Amino acid sequence: MKFSSILYPRTQDRPSSEVPNAPQYFRDLNLDQIIAAMTAGRAEYELAPFFYAPLTNRDTIRYRQDVMRDLENPLLLEAILSFAHTMRTMREYLMQSQKLTYHYQKAVWFVDAVELYCYAVLDLMKSLAEVEYVSPGLVSFTNYLVEYIHSDRFLALETEAREIKDALGTVQYRLHIHGQQIDVHPYSDEPNYSSEVAEIFAKFKQGPVKQYRIKFTDGPNMNHVEAGILDFVAKLYPEIFAHLDSFFITRVDYLDKTLAIFDREIQFYIAVLDYREFFKQAGLPFCYPEISTSKEIFANDAFDAALAYQRIADHAPIVSNNFYLKDPERIFVVTGPNQGGKTTFARMFGQLHYLANLGCPVPGNEARLFLFDRLFTHFEKEETLNNHNGKLQDDLIRMQEILQESTPQSVVILNEIFTSTTWQDALFLSNKVMAGLCKSDLLGVWVTFIDDLASFNEKTVSLVSTVVPDNPAVRTYKILRRPPDGLSFALSIAEKYRMTYDWLKERIL
Amino acid sequence: MNVFLMYPTKDFTVQDISPNESALIQDLELSTLWNAMATGDQFVWKISRQVTLSPLVDLDVILYRQDILNDCVNHESVVRDIYSIAASAIEREKKNYLGLFSSYPSAILQRSVDVMQMFVETLEQLKHIAQTHAHQFVSRGFSRFFTMLINELGEEYLDQVKSHLRELKFHKGVWISAALGPGNKATRYRLHRTSQNKKSPWIARIMTKTPRFYTYTIADRDDTGARALAELRDRGINQVTSVLAQSTDHVLNFFTLLKTELAFYMGCLTLHKVLAQKEEPLCFPVPTAATERLLSVEGLYDVCLSLRQVPRVVGNTVKADGKDMVIITGANQGGKSTFLRSIGLAQLMMQCGMFVPAESFHANICDGLFTHFKREEDVTMSSGKLDEELHRMSEIVDHLKANSLVLFNESFAATNEREGSEIARQIVSALVEKHVQVFFVTHLYELASGLYHQRRENILFLQPQRLSDGERTFKLNEGKPLQTSYGEDLYHRIFGTD
Repeated sequence: MKFSSILYPRTQDRPSSEVPNAPQYFRDLNLDQIIAAMTAGRAEYELAPFFYAPLTNRDTIRYRQDVMRDLENPLLLEAILSFAHTMRTMREYLMQSQKLTYHYQKAVWFVDAVELYCYAVLDLMKSLAEVEYVSPGLVSFTNYLVEYIHSDRFLALETEAREIKDALGTVQYRLHIHGQQIDVHPYSDEPNYSSEVAEIFAKFKQGPVKQYRIKFTDGPNMNHVEAGILDFVAKLYPEIFAHLDSFFITRVDYLDKTLAIFDREIQFYIAVLDYREFFKQAGLPFCYPEISTSKEIFANDAFDAALAYQRIADHAPIVSNNFYLKDPERIFVVTGPNQGGKTTFARMFGQLHYLANLGCPVPGNEARLFLFDRLFTHFEKEETLNNHNGKLQDDLIRMQEILQESTPQSVVILNEIFTSTTWQDALFLSNKVMAGLCKSDLLGVWVTFIDDLASFNEKTVSLVSTVVPDNPAVRTYKILRRPPDGLSFALSIAEKYRMTYDWLKERIL
Repeated sequence: MNVFLMYPTKDFTVQDISPNESALIQDLELSTLWNAMATGDQFVWKISRQVTLSPLVDLDVILYRQDILNDCVNHESVVRDIYSIAASAIEREKKNYLGLFSSYPSAILQRSVDVMQMFVETLEQLKHIAQTHAHQFVSRGFSRFFTMLINELGEEYLDQVKSHLRELKFHKGVWISAALGPGNKATRYRLHRTSQNKKSPWIARIMTKTPRFYTYTIADRDDTGARALAELRDRGINQVTSVLAQSTDHVLNFFTLLKTELAFYMGCLTLHKVLAQKEEPLCFPVPTAATERLLSVEGLYDVCLSLRQVPRVVGNTVKADGKDMVIITGANQGGKSTFLRSIGLAQLMMQCGMFVPAESFHANICDGLFTHFKREEDVTMSSGKLDEELHRMSEIVDHLKANSLVLFNESFAATNEREGSEIARQIVSALVEKHVQVFFVTHLYELASGLYHQRRENILFLQPQRLSDGERTFKLNEGKPLQTSYGEDLYHRIFGTD
């Protein structure tokens, strides 16, 4: 198998064109935050399109999981990072060469870029030879790399660049600056006068004193006087500079295309692993999920990565949750006190599935997740609260779309819909939608204030956000399988504040 | 070249300021002392402050300073000359102001050459004084200082310095070498001496077929080019400029240190004159090791009190050899606090190498002096006051070690006497067992009599002397603590304790 991409084992799996925009549900699930954190500082690689294209094929997911697992080896990761770093510097050199004005400057920056590229390639090969990896993706890439390094075009390139740089390193000269003239003389070895002066005053030397050496702004550019001097220096060393000239003209297309693609695509993995490392430091696990076509899914110690990311930064505790579905269960109905972690649970469920279908590890200890064809979300939008009629209508239109477009292989996540109408309306509409969802046999989470939905039929599972029994004002953020709490929560809060019926009778004289 | 007039083998630096600096200043009224030493000279004030707040624990250094101070007293005009020569060099350096051009090596170099020429003249002046007066001084410190000036600043050396200062004006242009660095820009600039480059005459160059050179000339109106040429030259002289500028700083530091170390003795001379005019007694104290318990003083008075009033003040004579603790009780307005302050001040003055306000003063040095005085402010918050006192004491305890000295003035009286006494008793007992020396002025009768009845050899009890007609003499006598004291009722009324 000829190597072409570290993200797709077969060329036909690659989308015909890159997905430019995030899927609709990105914001609802806070996937936008997750991907932003992953791709931060990697703008030059334009990684976002890779994250906008979940896979629908288990082999490709497996291909990526294998590469990712290999890259968990710090030695291998270090090798790739070092390669990436050198390639980045190389691009900066090329850009510098293009920006500069004077010929001998452009030329030498170009040689530097080529030299760095050769070093990057050889160094990567050397590092790869010293570490172990088994993924088909990386093994195939290495085979390609070996072949390339031993090719004549690479060998010649590398040798020539090195010779030119070595020669330039030997160039030295003398200047005599007097009046408005600068004389450029051949080099001759003479003592450093600064040292003599230092010696004569040495006896006064005590503790540290201020540094007077001026730091000249040494940008890459030359002024015309420096360029003029350089032209004279070139005359002192004609052969060296002639070689530089010819290399600059003949070696324009030195960069290998497949390597350039690899350099970009491997960053997908680095981005994900880097992101995961942040959680690892905080003691939070990620795992490679089993990708399932059955609907008996589960996750242990799973958490909302976007939320946890912020809370780690704030040194706040993070609560994880478990869930599972056993046939014929399909839909989680989540009820309970507000601010109790219900929405977080819904987002987490969506994030886990999405990341799993990208071939990424997911936030949790252990998981089996569903290979979905499409993902749908509908979250209450606060900004439209002032237009109740319009909102209910929007809700219904959206639900209709979802019911029409979803398949038994889809995942649907609903959060507090139908809040803009009466309880009776909401109950009625919810029952209707639930019937549709159940009929379609898809997987889903529905966060709702309507307790009745929790016991809709054998496909629904009731989950409740919980509080500390002795102090109902304190949320545990644990989402547990149990029947809805009904009024018990509200009553216990009232008790705490001596506002129950009995208390009020006693307190009001 | 070292000054070494404050320590035999090191420069004076401000490191070991007392941890309880602000309490000491307030409780011992140290500003009064510094004001007298400085008489308006900010610099002398600052240095006097630093020195008195960094007491020495090394007997040898104390004696080293006493000897130097003695030389100063005996040859005041010579010492004042040295001080003003150093001060004037510092002043002239400051006036040669670099300002806007401080980022151009050529400007820095020119200034440095000027300043260094002025410094060389100053060094020659100092050497002259050394040659004239060295034989009159007897202290180790001054002898070493003068010998150093004569040895280090020989004729030949000073001539060499002057020749370099001429070369550094670069009248014949600048010779530098360079190599190619990143981006083919010049790097590794090195400066070479003009004289070495002009040695082979042009005719010889032609004969030896040295390769020809190329000349780049900046056109007349090419301002950018002129700037570029100036920058190139600046790069060439950058290192030597830094070397020379740093050297002038080193010489400046020498003068600054000389001025700084002498400033302390200037302050002492001034104080000496004021007290001598008043005919207050002064003596060089006799310090002994911190591990001993020795206190034998005659005519000890509170120097700050004397400085603040016209008449002379009453001195005390106390013998407390072998005592770890001195408890002072008795009538108000009887001179108890004054005595406590006079002990603290004399101890500090002794330990920075000064004379002390007494006819004679023999004492062990202490490893850290601390004061814990009753604070008059916030009398209304009587409940919080004991907290405050204990908190302050706890901070002191953080810094205490064996042979520290703590002066307590009416401490722990913010609660009722029994509690206050018990707190104080526990504290002082622990301190003494840990070899901390204690002076305690107190109204806490429970505390004083309790300790008295233990009949311990290592505690001395003092009270103000009262004559039979009840008149106060402001002198202290040894004796059993007495229960009544004038201020006690007043105290309880103010603090509302029962």
